[in-house]
Amino acid sequence: MSAPTAAPPATGDRRARLARLGGTAILLVIAAIFPLVVSDALYTQFAVLTMIYVAAVAAWNLFSGYSGYISLGHAVFFGTGAYTVGLLTEHWKVIGGTIFWLLPLAGLVSAVIAVPFGLIALRVRRHTFVVITIAIFFIFQLMAFNLSFTGGNQGISSPFFLWSADTYNNPFYYVGLIIAVGTIILSWLIRHSRFGLQLLAIRDDEDRARGLGVRTMRVKLTAFVISGAITGMVGGLWWFFIGQALPETAFNPVFDVTVALMAFLGGFGTLAGPVLGALILEPLQQWVAITFTNGYTGEIALGVLFLLVILVLPRGIVPTGRELATSWQARWARRRAPGGAAPPGSPAVPRTSPSSTSPTGSTR
Amino acid sequence: MTALLRTAGVSKAFGGVHALQDCTLDVAEGSIAGLIGPNGSGKTTLFNVITGYERVDSGEVWLGGQQITNHAPDKVFAAGIGRTFQLTRVFSRLTVMENMIVAAQHAERGHGWLRNPLARAGGPATRRRAGELLEFTGIASHAGALAETLSYGQRKLLELSYVLMADPAIVLLDEPAGGVNPTLITTIADRIRQLNEQGTTFLIVEHNMDFVMGLCHQVTVLDYGTAVVSGPPEVIRSDPRVLDAYLGTAEDGDDIPVS
Repeated sequence: MSAPTAAPPATGDRRARLARLGGTAILLVIAAIFPLVVSDALYTQFAVLTMIYVAAVAAWNLFSGYSGYISLGHAVFFGTGAYTVGLLTEHWKVIGGTIFWLLPLAGLVSAVIAVPFGLIALRVRRHTFVVITIAIFFIFQLMAFNLSFTGGNQGISSPFFLWSADTYNNPFYYVGLIIAVGTIILSWLIRHSRFGLQLLAIRDDEDRARGLGVRTMRVKLTAFVISGAITGMVGGLWWFFIGQALPETAFNPVFDVTVALMAFLGGFGTLAGPVLGALILEPLQQWVAITFTNGYTGEIALGVLFLLVILVLPRGIVPTGRELATSWQARWARRRAPGGAAPPGSPAVPRTSPSSTSPTGSTR
Repeated sequence: MTALLRTAGVSKAFGGVHALQDCTLDVAEGSIAGLIGPNGSGKTTLFNVITGYERVDSGEVWLGGQQITNHAPDKVFAAGIGRTFQLTRVFSRLTVMENMIVAAQHAERGHGWLRNPLARAGGPATRRRAGELLEFTGIASHAGALAETLSYGQRKLLELSYVLMADPAIVLLDEPAGGVNPTLITTIADRIRQLNEQGTTFLIVEHNMDFVMGLCHQVTVLDYGTAVVSGPPEVIRSDPRVLDAYLGTAEDGDDIPVS
């Protein structure tokens, strides 16, 4: 799902690009027809939740993955989105499929909140930033508990939709798919834009970027607001689907940790990695939850899985996988040309240096 | 000749340490100026103060007729001061070409800020200009490689290249020859001379005395945060204050004793 940028594509590059394009198209088709083929409500429910997480992690990665600022406060936007559509649905008595048109408003309110949030949190870097985002998150959770209009610890319940039970999940699924695909396309555009390059420069060396004319605060804040707005829309969708928002489920610290783990599993900062992480992790979590009903066996299994991932794939599936593919390709090419000269089809310059062991990985 | 860059009575203290004390420096337009002094004499701090990475306690910084005291780094760069760092700082996980394009942000933004923010990074004009500069510094063959794969010397060249993307009026180089092999030092000196002939002014901090004395028109000596003497290389070389503060203790003029 990612594409090379600077170097003119060699023939091998073109083949890889075609393969990626084909793979993306197949994935899209599968995603589009999934609820038509699989009608079991249990599985379509998994699919909706998975789509929600794909969209959320893509939105998170658009800011955190590109800029290197790891936010553990995106649940603020998720919860804000849920409560926004909740209050609006109640107030305006919106019913039926028109509810989904409230989602842009959820995005808007989250964006408005992201501005002061970002202006405060983005003044500090790295670990301090992470801590500040967590602190601001808890302020919002407390507000959800205590403000007069939030329903306190009763939360807000969504209306019941009179849709056929067989296809009840489908509208949620397709709205989730639209948000997810839209976010991934936006991420791709940003990755190849001036704005995206500025974000990546900030990730690598913020002060240097500033010294080369990049208006860093503006760039960081823009990405933060876009990311927050999308997360807000995802939160709104989640509320419609789940049917209830409580302060501890809408403003849920586990949401932040899950999204970050999905991104790290797949490949932090890459385009395809976080999506892959969500596609693997969310169904797995759901499956574990219904298979091990005693609650803790499943969580232990997931914990073990994470330890394994960190041991075997410290930089995530996509960057490590790409490195392995490159080295296999090189080995294969060497075997084909015993003189040692690389055939024209092999990549001239490896995109990722094998010496790099940075846990944050490369962009691609 | 008029002064292009001027610091007037600049002072900067870190806690009780006075890194700069009433430091006044003039860099004539079109010249190559050198800045020497023992370690800890305030050379890099002066660079940081000029380029907005540190705020001055008192004093003023002027670029031509424009006062730029305490301007933010991006504004200083936009005003026409390019700068490299003592320890090279490149965007390691971006390609060399992408590094160049990052530095072209200001030039590209010139088309008005309603320009599509999602426009592809680096238009054809930017890429052509970047290619020419990389050709000029001799690292064009690495344009598609990640910057982290470059050698130390190549990174210095990349830093020089991307600073030039914005066509700065003056370039501040912090130890361009430090840790670089002799052949590359000659290349770097040649490139500086060529750029200078085309009108770029330079201010260079360097410990390699042959490099400084061979290249610079004017050399200023900094000691304890103050510019103690300034003049052409041949005068500086024999100034007793300089010998005392700096050169006198060096065996061959190549090395700097830690003061």
